[in-house]
Amino acid sequence: MKEWTFEAKIDRIPWLTEQVDGLLEGLDCPMKAQMQIDVAIDEWMANIASYAYGNGAGEVTVRFDFQPDDRTVVLTFIDSGVPYDPLAKPDPDVTLSVDKRAVGGLGIFLIKKTMDDMTYARQDGRNVLTIRKRI
Amino acid sequence: MTINKQKNGSTLTIAVQGRLDTTTAPDLEKEIKTSLDGVTELIMDFEKLDYISSAGLRVLLSAQKVMSKQGSMKVVHVSELVMEVFEVTGFTDILTIE
Repeated sequence: MKEWTFEAKIDRIPWLTEQVDGLLEGLDCPMKAQMQIDVAIDEWMANIASYAYGNGAGEVTVRFDFQPDDRTVVLTFIDSGVPYDPLAKPDPDVTLSVDKRAVGGLGIFLIKKTMDDMTYARQDGRNVLTIRKRI
Repeated sequence: MTINKQKNGSTLTIAVQGRLDTTTAPDLEKEIKTSLDGVTELIMDFEKLDYISSAGLRVLLSAQKVMSKQGSMKVVHVSELVMEVFEVTGFTDILTIE
């Protein structure tokens, strides 16, 4: 298990991605799964960095776990920002024409579609998002 | 991310290399915005694109909206992984992909 705590800012996402990629490479993760995990990190970290603390600043803790028995990567994101349950949002309508299309909500939708599992909990005033991906 | 632009008459080709995500999408958006004057055909070359997140989709959508008014836009050399993102999000219906 690895855990990092740092300021929840957009410009920290490449650094986090690099740490996770390093671990995934050590686990012989297929390139496709690695990039899907990278996209999921980008989507959720962008959400935390943009909305969790309003205009202020705050920290995020990211935990990386690997379950060898079913080769599943478990990533947990913990922030103490405003409550935000991504699973409570309806999925975006992906059939609308170009004029009517908005891209809000697509990021969460992408995580749902590319990861094997996504769970949310509000615990002790914190948002805890856990995503799982078999590699 | 590296952006390469090539203009041929009123055709502009933008080749994107690397990762198109929250951190890099604003750069591409800026490049596109300042380059579309007089362009009637925009070609996005994704041959060397590693992956795209929703921030990148947002940029493509706004480029498509502009190009629908002044000409056409197509996305070429799309990898399997990027295509999957387009499919899941319904972008295969919005974009012209070759």
